[in-house]
Amino acid sequence: MSGAGNLADADLLPGTPPDAAGADRSWLRHLRLPEQPLARHLILALGGGGILYLVTSSLSPYNDFLVGEIALYLIALAGLSLLTGVNGQISLGHGAFMAVGAYTIALLMTHTQLNFILELLASVGAAAVLGVVIGVPATRLKGPYLAGMTLLLALALPPIADKWSSTFGGDQGLTTTVPTAPGNINPEEWLTWIELLGALITLVLLANFLRSRFGRMLRAVRDDEIAASLAGIHVARTKVTAFVISAACAGLAGAFLGLSTGVVSTGEFPLPLSIQLLAAMVIGGTGSLMGMWWGAVLLVYLPQWSTSISSHLNLGSDVSAYLATIIFGAVLIVAMIAAPSGIQGGLRLAWGRAVRLWSGLTRKQIQPTRTG
Amino acid sequence: MGLFVNITLDGITNGMVFAALALALVLIFRATKILNFAQGAMAMMTTFIGFTLLNRGLGYWWALVAVLAIAFVLGALVERVLIRPLQGKSELNPVIVTIGLLVVLEGLAGAIYGNSSRGFPPAYSQSGLTIGHTKIAFSHFDIFILVAVLVLMVGTLALFRATTLGLRMRASAFSGEISRLLGVRVGRLLTLGWALAGVAGALAGFLVAPTSSFSPYFMDLILVYAFTAAVIGGLESPVGALIGGLITGLSISYVGGYLGSGLQPLGALVLLMVTLMARPEGIFARPTARRV
Repeated sequence: MSGAGNLADADLLPGTPPDAAGADRSWLRHLRLPEQPLARHLILALGGGGILYLVTSSLSPYNDFLVGEIALYLIALAGLSLLTGVNGQISLGHGAFMAVGAYTIALLMTHTQLNFILELLASVGAAAVLGVVIGVPATRLKGPYLAGMTLLLALALPPIADKWSSTFGGDQGLTTTVPTAPGNINPEEWLTWIELLGALITLVLLANFLRSRFGRMLRAVRDDEIAASLAGIHVARTKVTAFVISAACAGLAGAFLGLSTGVVSTGEFPLPLSIQLLAAMVIGGTGSLMGMWWGAVLLVYLPQWSTSISSHLNLGSDVSAYLATIIFGAVLIVAMIAAPSGIQGGLRLAWGRAVRLWSGLTRKQIQPTRTG
Repeated sequence: MGLFVNITLDGITNGMVFAALALALVLIFRATKILNFAQGAMAMMTTFIGFTLLNRGLGYWWALVAVLAIAFVLGALVERVLIRPLQGKSELNPVIVTIGLLVVLEGLAGAIYGNSSRGFPPAYSQSGLTIGHTKIAFSHFDIFILVAVLVLMVGTLALFRATTLGLRMRASAFSGEISRLLGVRVGRLLTLGWALAGVAGALAGFLVAPTSSFSPYFMDLILVYAFTAAVIGGLESPVGALIGGLITGLSISYVGGYLGSGLQPLGALVLLMVTLMARPEGIFARPTARRV
């Protein structure tokens, strides 16, 4: 039994149905959506996008900014969820891929007059290239080795920007500019919509991808590499592809982070960022895409909540600066021991119970759900 | 030439510290197949406790003894409370729990002591010795580091090779089930392994604090260097940890001395990737068969 193979019967993903992308369909079944995956995902994305458009139109610019942050972290988390939850590879270095995406778009904005979409795609591409460089040796590594190597990556990359500070701007960093908004839309709202659009496109692509033949190959490799290779799957190629897709997502997220902060500097991509991404992914629900919404909300709002808690309780400045970190780590530990399937797993379980209770009450024959 | 000698001496000293922390990783990995990502943060925490004790007026040696004792208890506690409940589950679960512990400990240290770097007192003078008429980058304190880590290594080897307790620990690492059938209290020995790893890590933290910018994150880089060292040594053998530590320390030192200190982590990454590509089991590990 290979190391990563244990993941399937493990508790990181209990009750995850074979199709993780469809895992969140239990409640969607009642919406009578088309069975064809692309059509279904597009309808969901359009519906969600419509709701988000209405919500963001009524929010203050600051809250719009926060929604945009949620969207960009969602992109990175979705890629990480695919890598760890669906393919069984762990990465502690996704902050490094975000840094590559951010620096790419900042450099392009400083030196060229490229089209904005092309700049975004270049950021995605640059992160994907680093994904190949890291992903190829990663194919030979088991869980803890890969975790250690990616941890080292997260620490090794930012100092490079300090070393060649004339190119990368050093501590000052490089500035980015958000493309001007059409009409009289305010800039925060415009950037938020761009980020939300990016997040929805990413989710649709990933959800479709997970329902495809390749998605099944990813899971087969996760569950048992040897069995997968006997079934004709090219294990190494599959793992590298998962790594590259995940890195590309992080690259896009990084480009958006660079846009939303306006400045790209090494201080924005410290080791804690990479670790928090992994933590948010686990807490949201490893392997699920919808669960990453919870993770992204937590990443953005936990610092806000902890600041207000500490100002409420009159805690010192050192305590308030680190309260969010402590809560985050503690929740991660407790979640791992008590509820390894995260928030989404818990909700799925609760929904399954509710359905069974309801069917018991109405004594109606209902299709057995796999969620229970 | 003088530069080369000084860089080499510096590399040896650093390598000894990496070796001590690598030994901690190895002690846990060979017994439980878990890589303890919180090992550096645990050492950071105990070093901060030592810092408080020193500031309260406790002597250096008593503070060191107290820190090692606290580290022993902390290591045992972590195993019992956090790692034991995850026994028999996927290998990713304990990895993530140790990462959670890393986050909590660094957060706690930041909340208590703040983010600024402090000066940590050394046991002996840190100014370089003079040989003939040239001053070299090797101080009394560096000699102390060398001796302390060598004592730790010899002690660990003696424990494993020459005592019944060590034999039991090796047996339970080799096969927990068989050892249990033969009457070995495997659970206790796992706890003891984590406790000893805590001691080795704490020693590394205490020794390296005077020469690094001592803040809540000061062990992060040292942890990944120690990880590199442990992987080069095969993650299973204490001697491998020592040699891996020296290889890593020297490589890092040469990269820092000739290319700039900012590239040191990248140098370690390259070293790690080359090792993993060429010999994924490390230089000292015997080839293992994988059962289907």
